[in-house]
Amino acid sequence: MQALSFSVHIPLVCFGIAFPAMILFVEWLYLRSGDELYRTLARRWTRVMAALFAIGVITGTILSFEMGLLWPAFTSTFGSVFGLGFAVEGFSFFMEAIFIGIYIYGWDRLSPKTHLLSGIPIAIAGMTGSLMVISVNAWMNHPSGFELLGGKAVDVHPLTALFANSFLWPELVHMYIAGYIVAGFLLAGAYAIGRLRKYPLPPTRYERTALAIPLTIAALASPVQILIGDWAARDVATAQPIKLAAIEGLARTTKGASEHLLGWYTQGQVKYGIAIPKLLSLLAFHNPNAVVKGLDTVPADRQPPVNVVRISFQLMVGIGTLLALLGVVYLFVRIRRKRLPESLWFYRALALAGPASVVALIAGWVTTEVGRQPWVVYKVMLTNEAVTGASGIPVGYATLVLVYIGVGIGVVWILRRLAGMPMGLPGAGDGVSDAEQPRGVV
Amino acid sequence: MHLYELPLLFVLVGLVFYVVLAGADFGAGIWQLLAGRGERGALIREHAHKSISPVWEANHVWLIFVLTVTWTAYPTVFASIASTLSIPLFIAAIGIILRGAAYALRSGTASAREQSSIDTVFAISSILTPFALGTMVGAIAARRVPVGNAAGHLFSSWTGPTSILIGVLALATSAYLAAVFLAADAARVGERDLQASFRTRALVAGITAGAIALAGLVVLHADVHPLYQRLLHGDALAALIVSILAGAVTLELVRRQRFETARYSAALAVAAVVAGWALAQNPVLLPGLTVREAAAPHDTLVVVIVAVLGGAVILFPSLALLFRLVLRGQLDHGEMLAAPTPAPALGTLLSASAPGLLARAAGACLLAGFGFLTLAEAGWAHAIGVVALFGFMVCGFLADVPSQLAPFDRN
Repeated sequence: MQALSFSVHIPLVCFGIAFPAMILFVEWLYLRSGDELYRTLARRWTRVMAALFAIGVITGTILSFEMGLLWPAFTSTFGSVFGLGFAVEGFSFFMEAIFIGIYIYGWDRLSPKTHLLSGIPIAIAGMTGSLMVISVNAWMNHPSGFELLGGKAVDVHPLTALFANSFLWPELVHMYIAGYIVAGFLLAGAYAIGRLRKYPLPPTRYERTALAIPLTIAALASPVQILIGDWAARDVATAQPIKLAAIEGLARTTKGASEHLLGWYTQGQVKYGIAIPKLLSLLAFHNPNAVVKGLDTVPADRQPPVNVVRISFQLMVGIGTLLALLGVVYLFVRIRRKRLPESLWFYRALALAGPASVVALIAGWVTTEVGRQPWVVYKVMLTNEAVTGASGIPVGYATLVLVYIGVGIGVVWILRRLAGMPMGLPGAGDGVSDAEQPRGVV
Repeated sequence: MHLYELPLLFVLVGLVFYVVLAGADFGAGIWQLLAGRGERGALIREHAHKSISPVWEANHVWLIFVLTVTWTAYPTVFASIASTLSIPLFIAAIGIILRGAAYALRSGTASAREQSSIDTVFAISSILTPFALGTMVGAIAARRVPVGNAAGHLFSSWTGPTSILIGVLALATSAYLAAVFLAADAARVGERDLQASFRTRALVAGITAGAIALAGLVVLHADVHPLYQRLLHGDALAALIVSILAGAVTLELVRRQRFETARYSAALAVAAVVAGWALAQNPVLLPGLTVREAAAPHDTLVVVIVAVLGGAVILFPSLALLFRLVLRGQLDHGEMLAAPTPAPALGTLLSASAPGLLARAAGACLLAGFGFLTLAEAGWAHAIGVVALFGFMVCGFLADVPSQLAPFDRN
């Protein structure tokens, strides 16, 4: 159930992280240039942000409910250790909600500068909020800052637990950049679909700007993500060797381990995969002959489900690499030809890139969460020790699925509606057509 | 006051804010349901929607604040409550989802029919959530939530007379607060008709809420006698008297159409009830568990208190700003001001030579980032690497800005 809520919430978080910054950038362009086009664009995006934020607020609330609904034992034992992260997150949420109210309803009512300023706390709060949540997750992966005595956490140092954690930084940066990639590709993808639909009509200036801004961000962020991901993986290699072993399907501890692409893990080895000798050792420890710990270092009931972890990881890396390629192609065309790519295939790829980036995002999250199983707090608390004693979970789960499906349909509907609505602003002029296409993919 | 009680005080303050502010938002939903048909009903619904739209998200976050501080400072209490009362909590959750979704969807409605169906969903969820949360408070007050993972009864824990009473009381106070606030909002925008309708509603709802609260004492007398006795002694009694007085003053203010002042006295009346409950129950949180025993270790408490106080320093000015803008009508819908056109100053955006320089800087940053993050091993090098990579993204983006503008302008 938490998994479901997370999958719904995470893409919204990406918009929370990246979207305000994009809107503010466009509004800033408007203030600098006086060009109505940017104003229209910023206002349209604001409406989308308003709808997405409202959904983000409720899914976020549900997540906090679920801390108690599903994991009361986890919360009751460790609330004192990790709770601080969420308490501060609550404040970030507050700032976001307050200033989003001012920002959305303040268009044309506050002076342009004040209005722009009122948007800045939204972007900052999106950042601190994700910092806090990630700090809790990093703690679950790499717990510290407390002693466990007879099932109770004693000698608790919440600050050390949350922020002096070597896992926090790679995870945070990884997530933060993912936010820009997902929001960038989804938004650009929506405009790419629009372009494909009205082909062969040339895109208007408005459409090109609306496509170029998020796409440039995503294109710059996606190659960087590969480097950041590699950094995060090296941290996993040292601190959570079992997760790495599951990611790679490495049954036995091996010196100079090889890396397998694709394939299916069964009976202690990866079948049908392409093996690249010694690459795993090289990637994980910068030494082609390094020893990589295998799954056999822990008993079978302490191993995560290998194929789930492996496939999610490969999915994330595969999609991430393709996205990075797409980004590089775009940047190349941009720099060499000084224009947007014109090939239809590029736009088809871009239309796919949006949903694909969400898949990669969720796959990445599955990798880190399932890779930690059967632990909820790594090597401290088992997941089945954390779960609620209340019955009726399946009923609740089914209800929640139905409600979320309803909400999902609603979101798609509202975004189509918003996209179809003419803004009818004075001076919008030539560039602003009403044919902005739906973002039917969120 | 001890250290271990301070977070509880924060929780109660948060709860009061939630009950008053979000309660009024829920109440607005209730009035949407009771608005009736026809043009008049549509006007009332529209007014209720407009009044709460800039603030409801911020008001809602008080609930998150209450939850997070509770589970940090009193983890066992939170876990016991949430697991035993998982059903009402779940109902409240569904209500919250539907409400938020209905709010988000409303801006996309085109026809009156769509709008009224969305409003109905909104209104029903506005009833569901406060009622469910009220039954939870009732269950805690009636001592039906034992300590432990789902240790209490899944149904009877929250369907007792006290729970139902508090659930209904939550609805009545929400409707009452909302009517007072909406009347004040109507007075501000000069809608005489709406003002009169909500004045009547405020009077009726106020008297109803007061009657339910008094009848509630009878229920408490039968259901939770110890709480009843403590409620009528000492500080708790004082809080109740404050509440009754504030309620009476509010009715008089509403009758005289002094709505702005009535906002505060109405809020006081409701806040005093929460305070009375807290005082009557102190120091026991759950049966056999006092505040002191439930509190988290010392270090956590200190950090939570510092965090909350630090957060409050930022939060309250921001909230004050939001409410000032709202109460002055600066965020009201209506006629738009003409958009002021700023002076075109694109030439100064970035000088002509900057793109080349920025692009090169971006390249250098990328290279440095790769070196420090991927090849080097030390923690400090990784930090530099990450900064360099961010530098790459920012420089790259800025380098792209002018070229983004230039070719497009020809169209």
